Amino acid sequence: MTILKETRGGITRRSILKASAALAGAGVVTKVTGFPAIAQEPVTLRYLSTAVNQSPAIAAKAGEDLGINIEYIAVTTDDVAKRVITQPNSFDLVDTEYFALPKLLPSGNIMGLDASKITLSDKIASVIRNGTVDGKKVGLDGTAPTEVLYLPSEEATEFAGEETGFLTLIPTTYNADTLGIRPDLIDGEVSSWASLLDPKFKGKAATLNIPSIGIMDAAMAIEARGDMTYGDKGNMTREEIDKTIAVLIEAKRNGQFRAFWTDFNESVNLMASGEVVIQSMWSPAVTAVRTQGIECKYQPLKEGYRAWASGFGLPVAIGEREKDAAYEFINWFLSGWAGAHLAKQGYYTAVLETTKEAMEPYEWAYWFEGKAAEKDIMSPDGKLLEKAGAIRDGGSYDERMGAVACWNAVMDENIYMIRKWNEFIAA
Amino acid sequence: MDAPARAGASTAEKSISSGARKRRTSWTPMWVAYLQAAPLALVFLLFFILPLLATFVVSFWNYTEYSIEPAFVLSNYQDVFYGCFSGSSGLCTTFATYLSTLKFVAIVWATTLFIGFTVAYFLAFHIRTLPMQIALFMVCTIPFWTSNVIRMISWIPLLGRNGLVNETLQSIGIVDAPIEWLLYSDFAVALALVHLYTLFMVVPIFNSMMRIDRALIEAAYDAGASGWQTLTNVIIPLVKPGILIGSIFVVTIVTGDYLTIGIMGGQQIASVGKTIQTQINFLQFPIAAANAIVLLAVVLLTIWGMLRLVDIRKEL
Repeated sequence: MTILKETRGGITRRSILKASAALAGAGVVTKVTGFPAIAQEPVTLRYLSTAVNQSPAIAAKAGEDLGINIEYIAVTTDDVAKRVITQPNSFDLVDTEYFALPKLLPSGNIMGLDASKITLSDKIASVIRNGTVDGKKVGLDGTAPTEVLYLPSEEATEFAGEETGFLTLIPTTYNADTLGIRPDLIDGEVSSWASLLDPKFKGKAATLNIPSIGIMDAAMAIEARGDMTYGDKGNMTREEIDKTIAVLIEAKRNGQFRAFWTDFNESVNLMASGEVVIQSMWSPAVTAVRTQGIECKYQPLKEGYRAWASGFGLPVAIGEREKDAAYEFINWFLSGWAGAHLAKQGYYTAVLETTKEAMEPYEWAYWFEGKAAEKDIMSPDGKLLEKAGAIRDGGSYDERMGAVACWNAVMDENIYMIRKWNEFIAA
Repeated sequence: MDAPARAGASTAEKSISSGARKRRTSWTPMWVAYLQAAPLALVFLLFFILPLLATFVVSFWNYTEYSIEPAFVLSNYQDVFYGCFSGSSGLCTTFATYLSTLKFVAIVWATTLFIGFTVAYFLAFHIRTLPMQIALFMVCTIPFWTSNVIRMISWIPLLGRNGLVNETLQSIGIVDAPIEWLLYSDFAVALALVHLYTLFMVVPIFNSMMRIDRALIEAAYDAGASGWQTLTNVIIPLVKPGILIGSIFVVTIVTGDYLTIGIMGGQQIASVGKTIQTQINFLQFPIAAANAIVLLAVVLLTIWGMLRLVDIRKEL
């Protein structure tokens, strides 16, 4: 870590001077682009994101292929946004969720990515670009990526209404979230979000203590139960927030919930230990439970999924050399290997074509086409995920992403919502 | 220097200090003392006073989702106490949170005091030799060799639905179904807090007990006092400062704790710290600052109240 940091300071300059005395004059100016490659130490990109998105294998492979050092900074979902706003100089590349953009962009700390420098920008999945899967519109409640993808210019602080040449984030991973269940500990079928609040699972249900996501899962459950319908679950009115929290408080007082979680590892432990049999869950958490040899199903539900998408953004304060490296890294990221690596953990990737090329046909068939696995399915680190014959929960990419009902969001009434959420926790 | 010379020198010093320079006890100039205190004072100023002032100032600022703006508004404090004085039937969030915290403070204080006093009493009066006392005292500190998060989390596999305790109880037939309230409950929180903080009671009470002149206990015995009377009339009054210091530790730590309450309570139990954390995560720094100032005021008031009960300076 120290060594990596030193490359940013005086040491670089000195070693450059030493390495190429003839260019000593130029060496005083740091971050010169097109500087002879031999004289340069590898550029380091400080990559800010949540721990789930950070794979040591990707960093190693990028170092091998591009000669770029990836220095991961792992924080929680909320902390990514906090850090972009409060410490915009502390990273060179951020992998953050689209739903954070309405907060991040007005701060002026992140800048648009020039689509013309992204080789595969027109190949980015349609669900991100225009909210369609296989030509059909998906649910766009909440902060749908397509609504916050384009910028009028590189340094804009407001979104463009239409398609432009500048993108806020280049997608890294996205997925459709649903409830995770322990089929071995549950009698009967679970087919609706309403089950989250079903007294049948009293004391054995859990939900997230991340207010912006937790309240949407609650809304899915409440709407499924038929109690009320929402105008936009991702952007509730005060009245809708009040009603939702009231239902949650009632459920909590009746002992519906065993626990709440904020860190994805907590959800893994709750599920694996059998403390909880039904809960809001993230796809890699389900995978993590299964790799422990414990049955866990990512149950598709008739009301559809709550989707999320995450992507690369650049800080305004980025240096020239780092900026070039970041573009190079993003292009490499979209080119296949990294996508396939992530897809084997259950994520969907930005450019499906390159991901397909980089995967074995039987893997692609299992993860994206909803077909039964021809061979055993392994995780990227070689652990057995599924035996041959298994079918992915929810089926194919088109079935899962096509059934998206809403997207993770930041509401206009966010401040009010958080106050009410704290009330729920205190109840 | 030989002995008589040394004695002479000290007499000379004494005569000077008791004469004209009565108030000066040292030949070192005054500023040296200030200089010696300066590093700590500076550290306090930089890392305690200034951040505290900043927090206080920010608690009056305005904020949006992505910025905080200098202002002087009371809206953050109004938000903290939202619904508290409206006269509605239910408690407001802040009062409910403090009430829940207060409940834990009371339970944990009483339990740690009882356990801490007993352990200290045993160490001070029942162990005869000093080496043994030191050895056993060190044994008490062994749990502190690991982080308190680990000590806390290690309760989870024990208390869970399929945990050791439940499995044992079920296998010997005491209960049919697992006991649910062992984990993610008030009980779990109180248990973990007691486990974590009892030593903070043991140490100061043990220290106070070791200072008690053993002759006083003999005198009480000679005067015909029973064991109980000696305890209540001699020992407890003399270890009051120790009890108070331990109580201050425990009460302030439990009031500000949110990690233990979060982990052992399954995040279902509110704590002021958690509220502040949520607000900070959503970049609502001013309201978090206001909450922090209120918490600080509550803690300071508690300590002030406790210090009124026992005059620590007189007793030490």
